Amino acid sequence: MFNPKEEARPVGELRRLQGERLKSLVQRAYGHVPFYRAKLDEAGVTPEDIRGIEDIVRLPFTVKTEFRDQYPFGMFAAPMKDIVRIHASSGTTGKPTVVGYTREDIDNWAECAARSLGCGGATAEDTVQVAYGYGLFTGGLGMHYGAERMGAAALPMSAGNTEKQIMLMKDFGVTILCCTPSYALQIAEVAAQMGEDLMKLPLKAGHFGAEPWTEAMRRHIEEVLPLKALDIYGLSEVAGPGVANECLEQHGLHVFEDHFYPEIIHPETGEPMPDGEKGELVFTCLTKQGVPLIRYRTRDITMLLDEGPCPCGRTSRKIARLMGRTDDMLIIRGVNVFPSQVEDVLVRIEGVHPQYLIVVDRQGNLDTMEIRVEVTEELFSDEVRGLEALRDKIHHQIKAMLNVSAKITLVEPNTIERTLGKAKRVQDLRKLT
Amino acid sequence: MKVRQISVFMENRSGRLASVLREVARAGVNIRALSLADTSDFGILRLMVDNVDAGVKALRDSGHTVSVTEVLAVEVPDRPGGLAGILDVLSEAGLNVEYMYAFVSRATEKAMVVFRFEQPDAAIEALQKAGISLVEAETVYSL
Repeated sequence: MFNPKEEARPVGELRRLQGERLKSLVQRAYGHVPFYRAKLDEAGVTPEDIRGIEDIVRLPFTVKTEFRDQYPFGMFAAPMKDIVRIHASSGTTGKPTVVGYTREDIDNWAECAARSLGCGGATAEDTVQVAYGYGLFTGGLGMHYGAERMGAAALPMSAGNTEKQIMLMKDFGVTILCCTPSYALQIAEVAAQMGEDLMKLPLKAGHFGAEPWTEAMRRHIEEVLPLKALDIYGLSEVAGPGVANECLEQHGLHVFEDHFYPEIIHPETGEPMPDGEKGELVFTCLTKQGVPLIRYRTRDITMLLDEGPCPCGRTSRKIARLMGRTDDMLIIRGVNVFPSQVEDVLVRIEGVHPQYLIVVDRQGNLDTMEIRVEVTEELFSDEVRGLEALRDKIHHQIKAMLNVSAKITLVEPNTIERTLGKAKRVQDLRKLT
Repeated sequence: MKVRQISVFMENRSGRLASVLREVARAGVNIRALSLADTSDFGILRLMVDNVDAGVKALRDSGHTVSVTEVLAVEVPDRPGGLAGILDVLSEAGLNVEYMYAFVSRATEKAMVVFRFEQPDAAIEALQKAGISLVEAETVYSL
């Protein structure tokens, strides 16, 4: 355990701490963010009404569109002089959701990312290969700071350049791997092609997240890499990776709930769901200074496990592996994609509304995205190069907007299936849930 | 001078060409010449027919993506170098051929080449200046 005092805190004491932190969070949000002041006023709740963690249910939810409408800095509670980092996540209409971190926020996030690594047994002796993307995406920097906080050696590889990843993994004696689960399999596959036997390496744990995966994938990863494959969860609005992580029991993800308070609600009624029942995961960021977040609806579906204390000794509650989404968001190679973004790109290209279908599949270990576009007379050119230029333009703009490469297939009109006049937008063949 | 040609978008999979031709036949439209440009994913079928408007209507009504483009038809002397001579004229005039295809007319027993240019008017001028005869549109439709 990285921080036994916090991670094994007696539950009663934890609830009291959460209550104290919630009070101060609500005061901060009410006092510094007009958005929250208006919401609380509208709900008829004052900061004084919040006396303990159980009062959290009196607070209104925050949803992604509200967050995005505050673009860029409307959600910030701290002045820019106190903000030391800005991350942003993909949005549905091209405008990202922007998160600012104070120094204290970065410290807390690094602490939780270090606890995540500790869940897999990491110590200061370890070398952590961070193969999540570095940049606006929180994956790379989040795990990097966590590794440094642990006192381990961070190896900032970012994603891609797989042969070099394998070479350094071997030559540097890497013990912990952080990346998407599909990229872990990709690394194993490329290593096999290179004739490298990764099963002889001193790897011990992998923290895999940022995309949905399954128990079958876990077994597969553990067959090709000599490590315990652990599920890690996080999202940029809340912090980044390190909101929750599986311990070596490999049965549910411990939520670092002294910082991130989890609730499960019914996605339609908003009512709290009992432990052990599925619903939408909601987070309140109890300690956040930069962007305080109150009852943020993640749209991820999971449950709080209804079980006794975890044998690992951590007292925090656990969530189950993610079971899906309440919206139509797709996660492709770790990148969030909404069908409406694809539609925006297509509409912008020729000012027309073509019918389209997004086909997502997994070939080998990598997600593939194909976009089938019906060729209307507005889009049609009677020259091959005209149509090829159209196809390349769509490909290029999708890549620029979504940061994902898609195969563009031009298809004949009326070939995309319509149900009751409404076209089906997504076909996901990956069978992840 | 300019001949109207029907272009149809097709996916590159079995049965698509047959489906297009069936619609044309059902409308009683007769095909004079055709060419198919294909890539691994899609193709463009170009048709010369006796009744362009009826052909277009039949294809549109059956849900195909169609356009009408203007092309030029040129009679090619039936001797070695016949086509090369025409292409020389175009090349000297700096005219780029977007695409072309050839067919033989049963009525005249002469070879004909269909050209698509970006600047058809400049092509007409260059060809006529070189004494090359262009086939009238009506002649092509009623071949």
